[in-house]
Amino acid sequence: MTTTVPRSPAKVSFRDRLRRLAETVTTPLLPEDYLDLVAPLRAGAALRGRIVAVRPETPDAATVVIQPGRGWRGHVPGQYVRLGVDVDGVRQWRAYSVTSVPGGRDGRLAITVKAIPDGKVSNHLVRRARAGTIVQLDQAQGDFVLPEATPERVLLLTAGSGITPVMAMLRAGLHTRADVVLVHSAPTPDDVIFGAELRALAERGALRLVERHTDTDGLLGVHELDDLVPDHLDRETWACGPVGMLDAVEGYWASRGLADRLHTERFRPTVISPGEGGTVTFTGSAVTVEADGATPILEAGENAGVLMPSGCRMGICFGCVLPLRQGAVRDLRNGDLTTAVPGDGVLIQTCVSAAAGTCDIEL
Amino acid sequence: MTVIQKKAVNPIAHLSAEDIEIIGKELDAIRDRVIADRGERDAHYIRKVIKTHRTLELSSRAVLLFSFFPPAWIVGTAGLAVAKILDNMEIGHNVLHGQWDWMRDPKIHSTTWDWDHVSPPDQWQHSHNQLHHRYTNVVGKDNDLGYGIMRVDEDQPWHPVHLGQPLWNLINACFFQYGIAAYDLELGHNLREGRHKAPEFRARARAVGRKIRRQVLKDYIVHPLLSGPSFLSTLAATFTANLIRNVWSHSVIMCGHFPNGVETFEKTSIEGETRGEWYLRQMLGSANISGSKLMHIMTGNLSFQIEHHLFPDLPSNRYQEIAPQVRALFDRYGLKYTTGPLPKQVASAWWKVIRLSLPNRRTDRRQPVAPALASSGAA
Repeated sequence: MTTTVPRSPAKVSFRDRLRRLAETVTTPLLPEDYLDLVAPLRAGAALRGRIVAVRPETPDAATVVIQPGRGWRGHVPGQYVRLGVDVDGVRQWRAYSVTSVPGGRDGRLAITVKAIPDGKVSNHLVRRARAGTIVQLDQAQGDFVLPEATPERVLLLTAGSGITPVMAMLRAGLHTRADVVLVHSAPTPDDVIFGAELRALAERGALRLVERHTDTDGLLGVHELDDLVPDHLDRETWACGPVGMLDAVEGYWASRGLADRLHTERFRPTVISPGEGGTVTFTGSAVTVEADGATPILEAGENAGVLMPSGCRMGICFGCVLPLRQGAVRDLRNGDLTTAVPGDGVLIQTCVSAAAGTCDIEL
Repeated sequence: MTVIQKKAVNPIAHLSAEDIEIIGKELDAIRDRVIADRGERDAHYIRKVIKTHRTLELSSRAVLLFSFFPPAWIVGTAGLAVAKILDNMEIGHNVLHGQWDWMRDPKIHSTTWDWDHVSPPDQWQHSHNQLHHRYTNVVGKDNDLGYGIMRVDEDQPWHPVHLGQPLWNLINACFFQYGIAAYDLELGHNLREGRHKAPEFRARARAVGRKIRRQVLKDYIVHPLLSGPSFLSTLAATFTANLIRNVWSHSVIMCGHFPNGVETFEKTSIEGETRGEWYLRQMLGSANISGSKLMHIMTGNLSFQIEHHLFPDLPSNRYQEIAPQVRALFDRYGLKYTTGPLPKQVASAWWKVIRLSLPNRRTDRRQPVAPALASSGAA
């Protein structure tokens, strides 16, 4: 049973009283369930946004402009936002760098998305999202940002959609405060997101731009920086791109004892590679078990002595539903795969789900 | 072991164990097809129903602020009754079944949903999803067979107290949501066993009490008060809307498993039941209601009780779509797909309640078991 400390009547504000009255009027729903019908972006509502425009950037990237709800607290260039989008009726959450400048027109924010092969959400946003759609938002977060005092010399090292967080920095005028070199990799000149804008900046002499077209020139080796940007180790560096590139860069900077001068952003911290069975961790009880791909998580947990909620044990009563914090599970009835990255908390039926890799179950 | 029939004419005598397994596979295939196709259209459907419900409830309550004016009373009461029916049937029942969990919308989810009903969702989910859907029509296991207050099967022992069951049923229909709350609490059973003082029971009873308090406060105090001079007429309107909703849900739910043609099963019949046999029990233990699309929505698509019992977690808007395939399967295997218009099914269910308030007549007595067992290779 939950016990609550009684509040002194004097502290109950008029607003609270009004709210309680409103809840009595709408029970079992909440007043916001009705308000959401007419004003989903109002102050006090769960944070959401409305897509106001989708602008193509390259053949497979687009900028999505979003009017956030009144609760949006803004962002710092380089930060990302978690976006909840309904794709084929299923809510999917992904993180995208904000590419707009803080405090822009109407408080709108923009993200720039590159469609990755088989990417459920990225392809939806680039090719199918329409103005008017409501999306779910989290407040901006992430520490891939510039320090208060901008360093004199800056190196930006990006590849593919890794350009997006640093674009926000450039648009916010980083090049006016520092000597900036940008080394960016993309398959072809046409694939360079914000290519025209970056080249215009470079032509004006606002920054030095090194474009690497990997279809013709191959992947950039980290040792090539010696020639491309001879003073790169003297520069405060922000790097964002695929995991392989970041691993190489981090190793290189660390081997020179300069890890503190390098800032990296990883969009996919955990790579989920679904297989058969795996290690299941029940986060609340700190129990870890090895489960094969045919054993329901409910059974695996019970066998390890975890007190699991359960019901019909055949997938019909939904009495055993628990959040999958991260990892992958497979539905034993049809083989469907469900994956979750940290922060997701997808609810799964443990009686008909088996581990398909390492998974964290909240219990 | 498998489904056991006690009737002289065994409806599954002609099926072999292989037939039953093939039926199971065919039903699995229907299920898989729906799941593979589940998406945007379905999400749009449930959101639209929820929006319709909220708009209708809000506008009906607004109209009832002027309920001293008779046309406003009629319009507001009718609107509120429909809103409450939508809330309980097409939305509440189905969301609480987890039919929309796949959308991953935390607001439309079996773990967060609450309905305009005095039974707390988790208690209802236990007695309904877990017990009734699992032990469908198994005498002694599925309490939905007469809700513990009625005798609706010849195999349930008769007691003089059953003489009054037509009256209980009528009263239960009028106050159905309270009946369900008491049923979910297993009130009678717990009182008889003296378990009403156990902490677990008391916690559950308190949860029901909280819900009743909030529902009563809303319907019979706050909204009438907000209507000012229309206090009494709004009170009467809300009472009427609740009554209509109760009688309607009771009627629909009676049609699901009580009408003639529905089979019941023995406790021992579910030991070691295969998936095919489980499906078969759901097929024979449920009955549909025929009617228009609007009728189906107002019954929460429980007019497709057979399809719902086969696939309790598929989105309700799909039952109508798959019904022809399911029915074709019944036909192919010579099984009886029990269905009929609402008045006929309600009358049939009521007739059973009345008939079984009396002890079994000698001629009604069912024949002893044996031959049925052989049908699916169990003998």
